[in-house]
Amino acid sequence: MSSTTTFQLLTADGRALKAVLKKHKARRKRKAFLLVTPLLAFVIVGFCLPILDMLRRSTNNHIVEKTLPRTVLALKEWDAGGTTLPNEPAFASLAQDLVIAQHHRRATQLGQRLNYEFSGLASLFRRSGRHMEELVNEVRSTRGSYKETLIAFDARWGETDSWRVLKRFSDTLVADYYWAALDMRRDLRSNEVSLRPSKERIYLRLFGRTVVISLGITLATLLLGFPLALWIARLPSGQGNLLLVMVLLPFWTSLLVRTTSWIVLLQQQGVINDLLVAVGILSEEGRLRMIYNTTGTVIAMTHILLPFMVLPLYSVMKTISPSYMRAAVSLGAHPISAFWKVYFPSTVPGIGAGAIMVFILSIGYYITPELVGGRTGVFISNRIAYHISSSLNWGLAAALGVALLGFVIAIYWLYDKIVGIDNIRLG
Amino acid sequence: MSRNLFVALAAVLALGLSACKDDKASMEAKPAELVVVSWGGAYSASQQSAYHTPYMEKYPQVTIVNDDSSNEAVPKLRAMNEAGNVTWDLVDVVAADAIRACDDGLALEIDVDDTLAKAPDGTKASADFGDLLVSPCFIPQIVYSTTFGYRTDLVKEPMTDLCDIFDLARFPGKRSLEKQPINNLEWALLCDGVDADDIYNVLGTKEGVERALKKLDTIKSEIIWWSKGAETPQRLADGEVVAGSTYNGRLFSLIEEKKQPVAMLWDWQIFDLDGWIVPKGISDEQLEAVKHYLYFATDTQRLADQAKYISYGPARSSSAPLVGKHADLGIDMAPHMPTDPNNAKNVLLFNFDFWGDKRDEIDEQFQAWLSR
Repeated sequence: MSSTTTFQLLTADGRALKAVLKKHKARRKRKAFLLVTPLLAFVIVGFCLPILDMLRRSTNNHIVEKTLPRTVLALKEWDAGGTTLPNEPAFASLAQDLVIAQHHRRATQLGQRLNYEFSGLASLFRRSGRHMEELVNEVRSTRGSYKETLIAFDARWGETDSWRVLKRFSDTLVADYYWAALDMRRDLRSNEVSLRPSKERIYLRLFGRTVVISLGITLATLLLGFPLALWIARLPSGQGNLLLVMVLLPFWTSLLVRTTSWIVLLQQQGVINDLLVAVGILSEEGRLRMIYNTTGTVIAMTHILLPFMVLPLYSVMKTISPSYMRAAVSLGAHPISAFWKVYFPSTVPGIGAGAIMVFILSIGYYITPELVGGRTGVFISNRIAYHISSSLNWGLAAALGVALLGFVIAIYWLYDKIVGIDNIRLG
Repeated sequence: MSRNLFVALAAVLALGLSACKDDKASMEAKPAELVVVSWGGAYSASQQSAYHTPYMEKYPQVTIVNDDSSNEAVPKLRAMNEAGNVTWDLVDVVAADAIRACDDGLALEIDVDDTLAKAPDGTKASADFGDLLVSPCFIPQIVYSTTFGYRTDLVKEPMTDLCDIFDLARFPGKRSLEKQPINNLEWALLCDGVDADDIYNVLGTKEGVERALKKLDTIKSEIIWWSKGAETPQRLADGEVVAGSTYNGRLFSLIEEKKQPVAMLWDWQIFDLDGWIVPKGISDEQLEAVKHYLYFATDTQRLADQAKYISYGPARSSSAPLVGKHADLGIDMAPHMPTDPNNAKNVLLFNFDFWGDKRDEIDEQFQAWLSR
C-alpha cells in the first residue's frame, strides 16, 4: 500500500502526470461549457425564469399591504373570527389609504384583486375610491365619524365579511390560489380550508379528465403507430423514407387547418355522417355525434400527435436486427411467439419514448380541445387560458400551471420507478 | 469641453424642435406611425374603409398599422405594462374590457369634450355619446348586439320569440350558444318567467343562478358551445345547428352578403358597446398623434360611415340620421341595425356593474354545471 503512494508517474518534462491530466481535463471542460453556454442562457431566460415567475405569482399578494398600509396595521388587533365590525381608527385608516390609492389609480386594481375572493368588492372599491375624498372632507367639516359615514355611503362597509377579506388577505404570501386550484375554499370566518362540495368542483374534475383523455390518446397513437412504424422499418430504405415524409407531412400544415378539417369531416352534417347516411348505414335521425365532445378531442389529437409516436418507434425498430427474429424462428418458436417474446421487448424503449412524449404534449394541449372539445372534451389548459386572457386571474392561472407541472414531474417519477428512465430511446 | 458643447447643442436642438412643435397648429398632424389594435376580419375592414383610409388620404404623413389582437387586448396590455414597453397606440375593445383596463390602470382617462369633435349642431361630445360613456377611459364607436339567427329551411314556422330557443318540441335541432354565463343566464331566466327588470336581482343569488342553469338543463344536450364569433355562422351555414347566438354583424354578413337561408331572431337581443381605449405608457408625441386621429375618426360623419360596411349602430346619437346604404350591396342599412325600432322591441343592455362584480363567481358555478 505504502509503495503506491510514494510512487508517482511523471511526464517526459518531469511534471506529475496526474496534475497535467487534471489541468488538461479542466481546460476541456471549460471549452465544453463555453459551447453549451448559449443554450444554457437560453434555457435559463426562456424556461427557468418564467417558471420561477409563475411560482412567485401563484403566492404573491403584496397588493393589499402596498395599497392600504395603514388599514392593514389598524386591523392587526381586530378579530376576524368575531362578529363585531372593526373600530373607528380602522375606518379612518381605510378612508385615508383609499384617498391616496385613488390618487395613484390603485384602488380599483385592489378591488379587482379582492373580487376574486369575494364578489362585489370590485364595485365597492371603484365606487368608494371615486368618492372617498368628498367623504373625508365631509367627515372633517362635520367632525363626524368615519365609520358611520362610510357605512351610510355603502352598506357593504358595514358587513363583517368585507373586512374579513381585507384582514385575511393582508398577508403578503398566500396559498389561496392553490386552494382554489384544488377546489378548496378557506372560510373567511374560521380560516379553515375545506374541499368544496362535489357539485361545485371544477379543477379536480378537469385534471382527472385531462389525464384520462390523454391516456386514451396515447393508447390510440400507440395502436395506430406501432404497425405503421413496423411496416416502414421493414421496407427498403427508399420506400421507407417516402413513407416517413408522408408521416411528417401533416407537420407542414397549420394546426388550425388540421383541426378545422376534422370539424368538416366529423360534424353531424359533415362528410363522414353524410357518407354513412348515403350508403344506408345510418338513418337521417341517427347521425353520429363525433365532435364537440370527448370523441372529437381524442380523434383530432390522435391525428395531430401520431408522428410523435411513429418517429421514436421507427428509429428504435430500425436498430433491431432482423436476424433475432430469424434465429428465434429457426430455434422452433412460432412466428407470433417470436414476435412477442423477441421483437416486441426490444421495441419497449421506443414505446416508452413515444408514449411519454405524446402524453406530456397532450396534457398541455389547448387549441384543439377548445375547438372540437365542446363541453366534455376540454382540458385543464383551457381553464388556464381562460384565466390568463378572460378573467385575468393570473395568480390562479399560475397556481393551476404549477399544479400541472407538479403532475407532469410526478408522472415522470412514476415512469422512472416502473419502467426506468434509462429505458427510453429515440433511436 | 466637447461634452459641454454637446449638451449645449442638444439643448439648442431640443429648443428648436419644441419650437417647431408649437409652430404647427394642433390641426395639422405630425408624421407618425400609429399601431391600432382591433378585431380583424370584417370589423377591421370596416374601420379601414371608414376611418383609416380617409385619414391617411388627408394626412399622408401618418401611417396606420393594424394589429388584430383585440380578443386578448387586456392581458397583452397588462404584460406590456409590466414589461414597461407599450407598443400599441390605440386599442379597440368591448366596454367590459375597457372598464377592466381602466380599473387596472392600463388605459388613460380621456376628457371627451376636450379631445373629440362636437356634433354638427354644436352638441358637446359628452352629450352626443350620452349614457354610452360607461368608463372614463372609453370612447364608444358602435353599439352591437348578441342575438340569434336561425335556419329558415330547417324550421316549420319562423322563430319570433326568444323562448323558441328553449322549445325543443316545436323547434327540434341543435343550438349554438356561447360558452360563458353572460347572456345565456339572462335569456334562460327571461324564458323561465322572470321579469326583465328583475333579472339581476335573481341572478345576484346562488339560487337564482341555479334556476337559470336548470332552465338551460332543458336544452343542454342540444347545445353546441362556441368560443369564437365565427363559429355560429359557420355552423348555421353547414346546417349543423338550427339556431345560434352570435354578434349581429356576423349574422348580417351571413344573410345578406353570403345569401344563406338564415333569418334574424331579434327578440331580447343584448346590447353591448365597442370602442377605443388609449394605453397608458405611450409617449407624449404618440399621444398627441392618437388624439389627432381620434378627433377625426370619432366625429359624427365617420361613425355613420362605418355603418356602410357593417351592420353595427354608431355610438353618437347625431350619427343615426346619417346612416345610409351598404357600400357594396346598396341595401338600406337602417333596418339591419340592432338599434332599429323594429328590431329593438325587447332588448337588454349588457350590465357592466353586475358582471364586473359577479362574473368570476358565476363563471365558477357555470363551469361546474358545464362539466357535470
